[in-house]
Amino acid sequence: MQLTLWTYEGPPHVGAMRIATAMEGVHYVLHAPQGDTYADLLFTMIERLPKRPPVTYTTFQARDLGGDTAELFKNSAREAYERFKPDLMLVGASCTAELIQDDPGGLTKALALPVPVVAVELPAYQKKENWGAAETFYQIVRACAGPHAPPPGSRPVRGERPRCNILGPAALGFRHRDDLIEITRLLTGMGIDVNVTAPQGATPADLARLGDADFNVVLYLEIAGQAASWLSRTFGQPFTKTIPIGIGATTAFIHEVAALAGINAAPALAGAPSRMPWYARSVDSNYLTNKRVFVFGDASHAIAAARVAQDEFGFTVVGLGTYSREFARDVRDAAKLYGVEALISDDYLEIEAHVAALSPELVLGTQMERHIAKRLGIPCAVISAPVHVQDFPARYAPQMGWEGANVLFDTWVHPLMMGLEEHLIGMFRGDFEFAADAAPSHLGHARPLPTPTPTEEPAEAAPLRWAPDAEKELGKIPFFVRGKARRNTERFAAEKSLATITVDTLYDAKAHYGR
Amino acid sequence: MSAALQGCGDAPVLRERGQREVFCGLTGIIWLHRKIQDAFFLVVGSRTCAHLIQSAAGVMIFAEPRFATAIIDERDLAGLADCNDELDRVVTQLLARRPEIKLLFLVGSCPSEVIKLDLSRAAERLSAQHMPQVRVLNYSGSGIETTFTQGEDACLAALVPILPRATGRSLLVVGALAEVVEDQLRRLLAAMGVDQLRFLPPRSALDLPPVGPDTLYILAQPFLADTARALESRGATRLPAPFPLGIEGTTAWLEAAATAWGVSAARFAEVTAPPIARAEASLARYRPELAGKSIFFFPDSQLEIPLARFLAREMGMALVEVGTPFLHRQHLADELALLPAGTSLSEGQDVERQLDRCRAAAPDLVVCGLGLANPLEAEGMSTKWSIELLFTPIQGYEQAADLAELFARPLQRRTKLRV
Repeated sequence: MQLTLWTYEGPPHVGAMRIATAMEGVHYVLHAPQGDTYADLLFTMIERLPKRPPVTYTTFQARDLGGDTAELFKNSAREAYERFKPDLMLVGASCTAELIQDDPGGLTKALALPVPVVAVELPAYQKKENWGAAETFYQIVRACAGPHAPPPGSRPVRGERPRCNILGPAALGFRHRDDLIEITRLLTGMGIDVNVTAPQGATPADLARLGDADFNVVLYLEIAGQAASWLSRTFGQPFTKTIPIGIGATTAFIHEVAALAGINAAPALAGAPSRMPWYARSVDSNYLTNKRVFVFGDASHAIAAARVAQDEFGFTVVGLGTYSREFARDVRDAAKLYGVEALISDDYLEIEAHVAALSPELVLGTQMERHIAKRLGIPCAVISAPVHVQDFPARYAPQMGWEGANVLFDTWVHPLMMGLEEHLIGMFRGDFEFAADAAPSHLGHARPLPTPTPTEEPAEAAPLRWAPDAEKELGKIPFFVRGKARRNTERFAAEKSLATITVDTLYDAKAHYGR
Repeated sequence: MSAALQGCGDAPVLRERGQREVFCGLTGIIWLHRKIQDAFFLVVGSRTCAHLIQSAAGVMIFAEPRFATAIIDERDLAGLADCNDELDRVVTQLLARRPEIKLLFLVGSCPSEVIKLDLSRAAERLSAQHMPQVRVLNYSGSGIETTFTQGEDACLAALVPILPRATGRSLLVVGALAEVVEDQLRRLLAAMGVDQLRFLPPRSALDLPPVGPDTLYILAQPFLADTARALESRGATRLPAPFPLGIEGTTAWLEAAATAWGVSAARFAEVTAPPIARAEASLARYRPELAGKSIFFFPDSQLEIPLARFLAREMGMALVEVGTPFLHRQHLADELALLPAGTSLSEGQDVERQLDRCRAAAPDLVVCGLGLANPLEAEGMSTKWSIELLFTPIQGYEQAADLAELFARPLQRRTKLRV
């Protein structure tokens, strides 16, 4: 058992719903107790989809458990088929139904429906949402494209123009809607035809012709990695490894795609396709230099964001982590580039403690880290799922490609104080509005901002005393760095075995830790 | 009242059995954990349970919640770990982190029920270990046993056995209400001379209301069947009444309490006249917007019948179908008597068939859950999210117009928008 306050991922059957909802012509019959229908609101309220997810829940109750839940499943599946007439039926069980072991796959087979049935087994007590999405997508791709696999050893016949599939965009994905538009535009601009996009918008018939493409573009490894590997083995289709988030990665992605397509990358890189590099070099952005950032998210977004933070914003990555245990190794490798230890955890409390200990100047995380950062008084920008209604903005806001880089620049800089503003606070820290408990003036004068909760000091340390004048000097430090200054000074004093912290100690510590 | 003769006392009910688009009882934790401020709710369940509460709580809550989930994993199921030892470990971890907790509820879920994890024994064991600092109780919020608001019923029923023994006469109001509503009802009843008034659930676990053979209790919510049974086993007597929604409901509800307490009719009229006049004036503003409009209720909170009664009788709305997840005929007898004769009632759900009926009827307003609202809006219908009716103070005179406004707003919006 694990004590959980918030979860980063839903159960694996929610992953299956994300695939079914993204596709056309698929209906999912889920053996599940009453209450599991809550998952519909993820799509209708968070993503604001104008239609219900294509899911029928058997909604068994206690009184059914004594009776025949298998019969209930069969009736639900039969009625769902008759009502929705899908091209493909997906069947499976949620966590509770997994325990009663009714075998939805076998039961549906007995119905002899005139359409393909894909039964997905998603172990709810071991696996999570992204795994469930990947497994479901893989199973559907296999079921639809498998019959069209070329005989072993045959050479695929390709057309004149290079042709690819785009794999990964799904329902409830972080900016998948806009990334797909951006990347499709980029690929077609390079003269590459998009054969099939999946799962978003694809029918089972579309999946049957996945093999017609020369290669696959994988936008979200967490969802499409498994299917892409199978397509690579079965159809000899190579797939892209670069996640095109940021200028460097988008450039690398274009080179990778051009190599796979056998075309010249230069035209796609010509000119200044994004404003981001100039904005980052602009003198106004100087203040971004070496800002300490903590990065957390799903593996792809976290790795990509760390690279962008370090190389394209000039930040210093002080922490990198993911809740995607399946991709822990990739994140550990990436963390080595920044000389930090990767944090692999889906325990919200552990991540909160980690952020508090690092006291970064910016958090790039999920909605959970936004919550943590808010409590700690640290600016934050959201870079990854789990999604929130705010992650489906009305405007076009991709993360990928050239426009995505522009969006990153705006959204990551926005929560920070502007350069000159920061200097003024440093210069005139005696100003009453900058002092001890004053609220930031742009928020009005109504109410002093509560100071961030001081983190607990190690109890074993000798009692440190702050001299009154040192305490007063500390109060002049702007609130958003005061906690860090206090901790650094106390650590410094402890290392030097000082009993009392004076104004000199404060500045000695500043000199010691100064960057 | 003569209306009773024309009501729905024994009207036929369409009973449906199919896909139910409703929350399970765990959802009640979202308001209960704010109501009882020193209580903590630990769901013993799966990742789905944790995800449900998090999603239903309306995205994220910006304060550390007083609820959590002990997620059962494969090791627990395979018997590699003893579930009881694991639960003890998680509870110890939790109590160390939240020392201010006075009352801990272990909340059963579908998986914990199916694997037959005995949470009542676990609660006894943990109580023995952590008393007097923390008392541990249990109830089930599982979807296989409870629908949405029945979770509150199960929680309150679990509290009843530990309520202290009452020595004298008292009046107990049962069902979670917004604090502002409690305060208003308390003021009104105090002005009538009802001085021994208590509420269940209390705001603090240390302030449990006493109950005994001289306790009169009155339900403030229509979904409290088990709690009522538990109170009666402690000797308390139920005061039958409609529910305090709208002017008529509030007056009848207060009257039931006042009559039982021996308040004179003159005093009752004197105390209630000013708020009634105020409520009349503010309701009048919404009547033109709602009168004659048709409304369709999908089953959700069991509040549907009292709400329909208010909207039909006080606002002049036409009831197309009133769905409820569960119809408790005894507790709703006074409500059913007031419903317009011939109202189409349904209990349980087959969501697809109900959607067919709803589309065919094309009502002016649909009351439904979060999963259905946007899809119906996209089909051109106006909807009201039913969950908002649980999270908004709607009971009593001063809230009568707020309640009407909740239904008027979607209609106003539809006429106002030019996009």
